[in-house]
Amino acid sequence: MTGSTPILEMKDISKTFPGVKALTNVTLTVYPGEIHALMGENGAGKSTLMKILSGAYQADPGGEIRINGQHVTIDGPLAARQHGISIIYQELSLAPNLTVAENMLLGREHKSGPMVDRRSMEKACQDVLGRLGVHFRATTKVSELSMAERQLVEIARALIANSRILVMDEPTTSLSSRETEAMFALVRQLKAEGLAIIYISHRMAEIYELADRVSVLRDGSYVGTLVGDEISAERLVQMMVGRDLSSFYKKEHDAHQSRGPVMFAVRNMGDGVRVHDCSFDLHEGEVLGIAGLVGAGRTELARLIYGADPRTSGEVFLQGKHLAIHRPEDAINSGVVYLTEDRKHLGLFLDLTVRENVNVSVLGRDARVGGVLNLRSAKERAAAAIKALAIRVAGDGVLVGSLSGGNQQKVLLSRLLETKPKVLILDEPTRGVDIGAKSEIYRLIDELAKRSVGIIVISSELPEIVGICDRVLVMREGRIEGEVGGAGHLPVTQENIISIATGVREAAE
Amino acid sequence: MTSPNDTSASIQATGAAGLDAASQSKQRRLAWRSTLQAIGMLPVLIILGVVFELMSGRFMSFQNLSIVMQQASINTVLAAGMTFVILTGGIDLSVGSILAAAAMVAILGSLIPEWGMLGIPAALLAGLGFGLLNGALIAFAKLPPFIVTLGSLTAVRGVARLLGGDTTQFNPQLPFAFIGNGTLFGLPWLVWIAFAVVIISWFILRRTVLGVHIYAVGGNPDAARLTGIKVWAVLLFVYAFSGLAAGLGGVMSAARLFAANGLQLGQSYELDAIAAVILGGTSFVGGIGSIWGTLIGALIIAILSNGLILVGVSDIWQFIIKGLVIIGAVALDRYRLKGSART
Repeated sequence: MTGSTPILEMKDISKTFPGVKALTNVTLTVYPGEIHALMGENGAGKSTLMKILSGAYQADPGGEIRINGQHVTIDGPLAARQHGISIIYQELSLAPNLTVAENMLLGREHKSGPMVDRRSMEKACQDVLGRLGVHFRATTKVSELSMAERQLVEIARALIANSRILVMDEPTTSLSSRETEAMFALVRQLKAEGLAIIYISHRMAEIYELADRVSVLRDGSYVGTLVGDEISAERLVQMMVGRDLSSFYKKEHDAHQSRGPVMFAVRNMGDGVRVHDCSFDLHEGEVLGIAGLVGAGRTELARLIYGADPRTSGEVFLQGKHLAIHRPEDAINSGVVYLTEDRKHLGLFLDLTVRENVNVSVLGRDARVGGVLNLRSAKERAAAAIKALAIRVAGDGVLVGSLSGGNQQKVLLSRLLETKPKVLILDEPTRGVDIGAKSEIYRLIDELAKRSVGIIVISSELPEIVGICDRVLVMREGRIEGEVGGAGHLPVTQENIISIATGVREAAE
Repeated sequence: MTSPNDTSASIQATGAAGLDAASQSKQRRLAWRSTLQAIGMLPVLIILGVVFELMSGRFMSFQNLSIVMQQASINTVLAAGMTFVILTGGIDLSVGSILAAAAMVAILGSLIPEWGMLGIPAALLAGLGFGLLNGALIAFAKLPPFIVTLGSLTAVRGVARLLGGDTTQFNPQLPFAFIGNGTLFGLPWLVWIAFAVVIISWFILRRTVLGVHIYAVGGNPDAARLTGIKVWAVLLFVYAFSGLAAGLGGVMSAARLFAANGLQLGQSYELDAIAAVILGGTSFVGGIGSIWGTLIGALIIAILSNGLILVGVSDIWQFIIKGLVIIGAVALDRYRLKGSART
């Protein structure tokens, strides 16, 4: 592999924004037919580098980009496309009201005379889709496709444009494990066809499984590249943050030895469609995981408990008292709070400041007569939150939209903590968060458990669930199918969870 | 939001304290963007003033500026209410009609012997009532604001005509005529009222819990609900406030004219109010904007009307020029904030 000519060489790439150097002499060399992972904490410069590759940004003079050994200038998205570079973004960029074929050939429609030649478009697209082995047709409307299928359309779009270099930015974020497997197979197939794939991901397991080589960026600089057997979690984490992994899933609270009394109980929760008859108990100071495949109803269950969606059955008890939760504010007022899995769309106010985002749930409690804001207390709360959760931000007046994923998540967490919750439901608490922030969030969860807060963690990352939870409920098709980790149950391992989640094994008593 | 200058200064001061380069530059860019937003259309306002002064030679006199402010006052009041509504991502097309109905109520109320001043609270209540009705349909029946207020634009216009028996109602002995024609400390009452409304709006938006909730609902309604904000209460409030502002506009208008006409009064006022809000840089999808921008927007519209008359442009051309200036100014704004604006 290393014997051939690199398909892409980026040398001495620097990028200076007014007053700030985002990239300093970064090097990246990618060969055809390899999967090259690019890692680094959020803000390390991965996306800046990729934006330079895609023509969205211009690098500072002095650097060089070579494709197949030829010096090239990428001065815009069009140039990038002509050089065979395609990027598949986290936020998908498809028009849902158009068909698959129309999306794939957007801007490059086939024409016969002045008319759009639909038949030839659909045929060309169907060929590519066939090559990918997908089940939907070129004439399908994108709005009818699942997230995973839409991602396939993006990839098909790159293929039909004859791309040789494919950049995939966290492609599995919204996929279930089965879809992820299919995606991996596809990525390997593309690799076998000789494409170079630059794969950006925070998930260590994916890197292990896929990557031929891993390049690491830290603080805008190139740290190094690991090849094949050299790739290990310890080394990668060290390269990324200069910290080691041993304290990553540190659990200081111990709910096994001193499990508190049952503090929170859910009985027969259901919405008649996606969640059926779910009951469980949560103990004081316990970290209870809810695992399951995407679509198993985990988020839906949490939203029912929180009063975000209407329920058809079910009751919630806190410390033996029945809670009448009809709306989210009822839940918050009784001390039950929910961290959404989709912080950008359902959690944060991106156009408001850190201070306002941290305080928004407790403004009413702090307010002076007549609902006048208590600016001083808001400032104090924000300052305390920034300090307590180590939010990296210049001041509390910064807009939340400008923060990195990890810091945004910490802002959202602080908002929940300001309400002094007794029960905390965390839905994918570390999604899209870099490793440093991840370990800080784990530490926070541990800390809260020590202070007797009951914590429910929903997560698609099994190592995370296994690492931080005392007990795990496994959901399948809207029901709680089993439990691991409690007295008389199987121990908490990834294998046990997967076999219940996929229906291979019913929970053994 | 904080003053943009504070933000950029604190970034300078603490920039070295462990912020990674990319997010720091992003924060700096956003600080610069909010500075631009805060300045907004002020340069356009000043340029227009200078141009009209150069062309007519009498624009900048105290007397003329006082007239401009007076002409801007009713639109400013309507636009203040409109700012609340647009900040939540909504629209209120009914303010012109509500103004007409409220003016009619004010005149009819003023005709009550000995109790003529009752016309003022009656008109305000009428405006508030129509606003609450809009708000209830939007907040509880969850109908789209455009449709609801398009309906009330027509229906309330009908109510205004009904109230006045489809004729013009006069009251030459209007007990609150001073509002429309008197001055206080050398400035017309209308100007003081408009300014008070702007100050009250600023206070609600920037210094109360409700204000933060308004921005939150406009910026991200789903997150607002999950955060425990009573979205329905916020929506009810903004349409009620807009109705109340239109009611106040009705009082001001009636006091100025000693009369009200259900058919003609306030025709297309909603468009001027919306134009002022948009000129002021408030995002049409909600969540971003300020009352000061709206004030500047309303002043730009008034200066255009006044200046074009002073320069001697015909009525027809005034329409054309006003329209083009509104489009041009907003286009300029978008161009300046390229990549960041979301309207």
